[in-house]
Amino acid sequence: MSKLMTMQDAVAEFVHDGDSVAIEGFTHLICFAAGHEIIRQQKRNLELCRLTPDLIYDQMVAAGCARKLVFSWAGNPGVGSLHALRRAVEKGIPNPIEIEEYSHFGMVSRFVAGAAKLPFYPLRSYAGSDLPVANPRIKSLRSPYDENDEVYVVPPLNPDVSIIHVQRADEQGNAQMWGLVGVGKEAAFAADRLIIVAEDIVDESVIRADPNRTMIPGVIVDAVVHEPYSAHPSYTQGYYDRDNDFYLEYDGISRDQEKLEAWLDEWVYGVSGRVEYVEKLGEGKMAGLQPGEAYAEPLNYGSYR
Amino acid sequence: MTTNEYTKSELMIVNAARELAGERVVFVGVGIPNIAVNLAQRTGSPDMEMVYEAGVFGARPTRLPLSIGDPCLVTGSTLACGMPDLFMYYLQGGLIDVGFLGGAQIDRYGNINTTVIGDYENPKVRLPGSGGACEIALLAKKIMIITRMQRRRFPEKVDFVTSAGFLGGDNEREKLNAPGKGPTVVVTDVGVLRFHPETHEMYLAALHPGATVDQARENVGWDLRVADELGATEPPMTEELHIIREELDPKGIYRK
Repeated sequence: MSKLMTMQDAVAEFVHDGDSVAIEGFTHLICFAAGHEIIRQQKRNLELCRLTPDLIYDQMVAAGCARKLVFSWAGNPGVGSLHALRRAVEKGIPNPIEIEEYSHFGMVSRFVAGAAKLPFYPLRSYAGSDLPVANPRIKSLRSPYDENDEVYVVPPLNPDVSIIHVQRADEQGNAQMWGLVGVGKEAAFAADRLIIVAEDIVDESVIRADPNRTMIPGVIVDAVVHEPYSAHPSYTQGYYDRDNDFYLEYDGISRDQEKLEAWLDEWVYGVSGRVEYVEKLGEGKMAGLQPGEAYAEPLNYGSYR
Repeated sequence: MTTNEYTKSELMIVNAARELAGERVVFVGVGIPNIAVNLAQRTGSPDMEMVYEAGVFGARPTRLPLSIGDPCLVTGSTLACGMPDLFMYYLQGGLIDVGFLGGAQIDRYGNINTTVIGDYENPKVRLPGSGGACEIALLAKKIMIITRMQRRRFPEKVDFVTSAGFLGGDNEREKLNAPGKGPTVVVTDVGVLRFHPETHEMYLAALHPGATVDQARENVGWDLRVADELGATEPPMTEELHIIREELDPKGIYRK
């Protein structure tokens, strides 16, 4: 059965006020289209989880969607600060938000525990750091096999809904990704509800021809959204480059709440969805972000009849 | 051939790249560390394996990655993997020789703060946070740091220890269950600082051309010790500057 839905319907059905939400993707495959739809539908009191909040959570915080942020590195990657997030943390604008902070390895381990349905996950980080003081959910534990070996543990992260952008999926949600896959797979398995957003919808036979590249099986997927360019200004490996100019430009836009609200009015509330957003960017924009070609050699899985 | 025309940032980047000579597996941080490590790979250390926390081993970027998740890191790399693999098997598994970090604040004993200035609950300035730095500081065999020398960046004691250095000095780090030896060098735009082998206090080891001891001492928040035999760094080579300006940072984002 096809799980194809529009972004509007998928967000309306599977993202609820008060949910914990993980729109994952480490620099790569960040589903801005889903974040913008959540802003348009004025979802409220969300607990936003991501290793790197990036511009998308900065915009969702500025739009008043968030009550809490769970993260490990909150900056504009390669540029500087996330200004809306800083306004919310430092000044409570537009609303105060609670933060729960880890390191990358801590967040990675939380998603692994969430995906594997474990009560916690051990890691060799945090010794000597003040992070466990700031966040008492980071605890230490002695190994039951060696009392001299002390590790830290973090709790599982099981988002109410995860939204994962991929290069291609079939209509059942069997999804293939390549390039930096981050914690996309773990965030998918950890979630109660899962939305897959794909650049291309392909026939099941395309998936079956290259099973090693399938990161997410359709059996755990609730909705499949076909929405090209959903990751802009982030990128999709092999499809379009990161719009680094926008990441730089956003620094100026986001320093001022009014200016950022005007940007949201124009680029989020002012468009019906990603198709209109891409049209508004103009033909030259996405064309200018097309990468050159670098194909892998075809490989032989073998036919065994 | 050396030259006299360069910026302070270029001087810092060149010296950081030289510190990496001969190193094999380097975990690369975002920003200026990125450009310094890429310079090292293209000059003295062609066999260097650049590892990025985003999930890349053996990157061979053909342009300067603006972010540490740039697509150019994947194309042509030895290996791209999920972040659990990268942190568990590569970093925690002990494969990283050098963790190369930038620091918002670094103190007398090499502790790094990238979390908050002021109180955690009511911060004066909210910084980005740990990213992978907290674990890199414990798990990489050693840590190198590159940062501009300014008094606000070099307090006697950081407001918040994001990533442990030598904590309060002497043998305090040895009490941690940490396989890595901690920070070995801090490359700045004034000179190069290292850590005393016993007290683990940071001291001035070498000055860049034109820089003075007073300049260094004015820019740290404690009574900075100076090496008995203070070194002097060599000015940048034309070739190094060419790579920075033409290949790595043609837009001049980092070298200003």
